[in-house]
Amino acid sequence: MITMEHVCKSYKVAKRNAGLREACKAFFRRKTEIIQALDDINFTILDGEIVGYIGPNGAGKSSTIKILSGILTPESGVCKVDGRIPWKNRMEHVKNIGVVFGQRSQLWWDVPVIDSFELLKDIYSIPTSTYQESLDELTQLLNLQELLKTPTRQLSLGQRMRCEIAASLLHQPKILFLDEPTIGLDAVSKLAVREFVKDINRKRNTTVILTTHDMQDIEALASRIILIGKGRILLDGTIADMRLEIEKDNPLHNQQDNPLSLEQVTARLYEKLDIV
Amino acid sequence: MLYFHYIKVIIQSAMEYKASFLLGAIGQVLVSLNGLLGIYFIFARFHIIQGYTLNEALLCYGMMLLGFSIAQCVARGFESFSQLIKSGGYDRIMVRPRSPILQVLGSKFETNRILRILLALGMFFYGAAHCQIYWTADKIATALFMIVGITILFMGLILLGASLCFFTIEDSGILNILIHGGNEHGKYPIDIYGKSMLKFCTYVIPFALVQYYPLQYLLNRTSRWEYGLFPLGAIVFLFICYGVWRFGMRHYQSAGS
Repeated sequence: MITMEHVCKSYKVAKRNAGLREACKAFFRRKTEIIQALDDINFTILDGEIVGYIGPNGAGKSSTIKILSGILTPESGVCKVDGRIPWKNRMEHVKNIGVVFGQRSQLWWDVPVIDSFELLKDIYSIPTSTYQESLDELTQLLNLQELLKTPTRQLSLGQRMRCEIAASLLHQPKILFLDEPTIGLDAVSKLAVREFVKDINRKRNTTVILTTHDMQDIEALASRIILIGKGRILLDGTIADMRLEIEKDNPLHNQQDNPLSLEQVTARLYEKLDIV
Repeated sequence: MLYFHYIKVIIQSAMEYKASFLLGAIGQVLVSLNGLLGIYFIFARFHIIQGYTLNEALLCYGMMLLGFSIAQCVARGFESFSQLIKSGGYDRIMVRPRSPILQVLGSKFETNRILRILLALGMFFYGAAHCQIYWTADKIATALFMIVGITILFMGLILLGASLCFFTIEDSGILNILIHGGNEHGKYPIDIYGKSMLKFCTYVIPFALVQYYPLQYLLNRTSRWEYGLFPLGAIVFLFICYGVWRFGMRHYQSAGS
């Protein structure tokens, strides 16, 4: 179980205008601004849930994930994952989580994928039997047989993403953080990734926290949505709740022949909440 | 052991780029050969500097270069630590259940320093054979302490430089003055640079503890055997640097999304 209560986090950000002259000026007198990245965040996520964590760019999604995964320390508030405080019991905590950053690779670039997996086996001290069982299962579900002997740098993005996801699940974590796992993928790979996330959630009862801008990911996977904007949680519910929120201002949408697409609903909701 | 597994993967990767590896290794050796020639020409002109002969200088430079090369080879991940922070690689380290220090050490290993280590060993053994040292057990121990001490001292400096990146993000290079300067000027026993330099290198950055003092005992210029234990002071220095690292780690602000 994951709980966050009254979590706050702010950053100091340097501000300056464009141009070399301004850059030189800023060298001597730097204007800084405090950005409230997270402002009183509260939620509880139960075991086995798939939660879509959405919000516009810069809303605080990454900061939340970084706190939950033990990378950042919040200024105030309580955060517990299975009874542990992530940044205090970092070692114990990270044994039980898997993290996929869609924009960054966690595999070793120049060696075959299987060599990266073997190294991860050592890093996480996975017993050989567990590792073999995990590897077989993931290879089958993600269709990796052909890829394991290929160096990472020679994989296509879709192939690599499948390997990244497998890499983060070898140690059988209870919680999986997916940060934009389908970014840049073609239709076939996207569907494969979605199908797999559903499978693993069903088979291992893995809790999945998914941040993405692709609303179809959310629709396909998440039974629950948490919407964050300007560091605050603005909605905690389902896709139906999001539609309701829009339609209650403008009931006409209900009667239209073409209902709003999920993308449109999200965009309108961001505008309505003034968080863009 | 996990560390060696990391190194195995890095060597495997380096072998993918044979030309780069060879050119890099040759380049490293040329730079150090250049330093060696410098010493040779100076001694060809002056024969003795502050009472040291060419062979004694070679012994000194060999040990310094050996320690420096080993430290650079092993602690390369800390030398390029700012890249690790900027690329988000450090975030990945934080979500793995191992100590960050071990993981940073395991992130890089400079294979092309191997040839330079061989060159340094060559200089050391040449100097050791031609310096009229009677190699008793305590002399051998002193030489070993020196090499280990020099390695640890350079590692401490590299770790200290990396710790600053927690605050500055971009590598400030300020420690390079001490790291590369130390290697460069450490070719000669430190007392040739005068009293105040010797003091600085004794009490501030303890280069003299791993080089000048034990060297005096090694070269029979003093009978104070305890000078042979001075290199162990480098361990204290490393601990201080480790403290700064711990402090910096607590200040870590992950860069970007």
